[in-house]
Amino acid sequence: MNSYQEVMARKSEIMRSSVGIDYGKYARGRLAFDYEGMLADTGYAIDDIRRIQRQVAVGNTPLVELKNLSAIARSLARPGMGARIFVKDEAANPSGSYKDRRASMSAYEACRLGYPGIAAASSGNYGAAVASQACKYGLGSIIVQESFDSRGIEQPEIAEKTRACESYGAEVLRLSVGPELFYQFLLALEETGYYNASLYTPQAILGVESLGWEIVEQVEELTGKRPHTVIATNAGGGNLTGTARGLKAAGAEECSIVGASVDLQGLHMASDRDFNRKSFTTGHTGFSIPFTTWPDRSDVPRSAARPLRYMDRFVTVSQGEVFYMTQALAEMEGMERGPAGNTSLAAAFAMAQQIPEDEILVVQETEYTGAGKHPIAQLNLAKSMGIEVYRGNPEENLPGRRIVIPADPRQIQVRDIPISRLQHSYLKHALEGTDINTAGRELETQDIDFLMAETRLDQAGLMDALEIISHE
Amino acid sequence: MTVKAGTLVDIHMVLLPRGQRAPRVPEDTAAVDLEMKVKGELLHDGEKGSIVRIRTAAGRTMEGTLTAVNPEYSHGFGAPVPELGHVGPQLRERLAQLRKEEK
Repeated sequence: MNSYQEVMARKSEIMRSSVGIDYGKYARGRLAFDYEGMLADTGYAIDDIRRIQRQVAVGNTPLVELKNLSAIARSLARPGMGARIFVKDEAANPSGSYKDRRASMSAYEACRLGYPGIAAASSGNYGAAVASQACKYGLGSIIVQESFDSRGIEQPEIAEKTRACESYGAEVLRLSVGPELFYQFLLALEETGYYNASLYTPQAILGVESLGWEIVEQVEELTGKRPHTVIATNAGGGNLTGTARGLKAAGAEECSIVGASVDLQGLHMASDRDFNRKSFTTGHTGFSIPFTTWPDRSDVPRSAARPLRYMDRFVTVSQGEVFYMTQALAEMEGMERGPAGNTSLAAAFAMAQQIPEDEILVVQETEYTGAGKHPIAQLNLAKSMGIEVYRGNPEENLPGRRIVIPADPRQIQVRDIPISRLQHSYLKHALEGTDINTAGRELETQDIDFLMAETRLDQAGLMDALEIISHE
Repeated sequence: MTVKAGTLVDIHMVLLPRGQRAPRVPEDTAAVDLEMKVKGELLHDGEKGSIVRIRTAAGRTMEGTLTAVNPEYSHGFGAPVPELGHVGPQLRERLAQLRKEEK
């Protein structure tokens, strides 16, 4: 009854009852779906979101100008360049990260629909956010984590997450490495009738729009300007999607949206051996590349996180550069914050040097830090796993083998992953689900419009890409 | 050493034995068991290493091998990392230099 195959066969049925959305209703053409309709049907406009979040002390976090770090970046740039770097201090949210914005909407929805509790499959901040928001609404919570390898070694950042979730009264299931975590999550949903507080439901993504709105309002208030560039750490894509939607709705149409991830290319996300050879548990390429190029691999049939619709640029930074910037934030700005926001901060330090000095660049989040999350804990884990850690040229970073802390701030750079490569990979995934090998000619108008919106390619660009794919 | 009912304990279980893992799982992961650990209140007196039943924080009853009693949170920081030692001094020096130039 509960074997892996049997439970996975019941997946869509369990999903439908645990999320309360009939995704089939939005299907269009052969492979399209009504994305904006799915979001609108939640019935949540921005004012509702901000009111719901304010009731549970979520959002309205400070926007902090990093004057010292900006001055140093400016000193490394050509004359007239070196934008003002601001950071949105999302660590000020109740459970210490912007994920409260997503969890607050999930908890509100679960409560409204009469579910007894909320559950999430998350080894990261979202687990603590769901457990914390469950407390606000008097709901039970179950958090399923991938937390230790076959030698029983716990990732220290995830051990800290276990502690936080348990301190909020959650039942925390700690699993060893493997994608079958989802199987265990489905069993928990089925047994308890809890609400699936997935990161990827429409309301979870709408919950992040308030962040984009706040950035526009605060930048306007502090500087009288609109943000020139906003950098969001990219993993599953919801962070970037929700923020970009909020920025645009608040009128910052011209703002450039950049996704930033820690480069962990070469490490496999489901490998027992690689599990503790990573010094970052989120905001890395192991999640961002698969989820940007195929959002619907998420735990719901159609993810509301679709970053390729909004991303103007996708950059990576090395683990060593993020550790450097984490230390720099502490010693230049007196702020100790966690890895997720510092990934965007490392990118911001380099990118600010290419942007005029009177322009505003916003690092879109911070998260809390502490035992397990701190660079000291992560670098000690890396050393114990036989990974080389030294000061030098960050080009020598080699995920799982070498962490190189830049010897000088000039060495901090971003490396672009071309949007064209992501668009191409996305289209290959989109067509995989269909029997279309003559691509362009088989698709209906609704499919063409959908693929254009998903990739931001124009019709000619889309047809060219489909032609190339059909020959591959 | 008998553990009293009502004590907070950690239990362990095998969810999928090696060789019966999900399809497309990497080789090194397929060669090991999928394990689970969960904490809860012991529902009866029990011994370490024996199969016991617990009530979890969400009120569910679960069964597994009793592995730890009132389990500690042992994650922390560890020794300071010398490879980060240069960041503060070099940036302070640069900032002081910039401030001097401004004057």
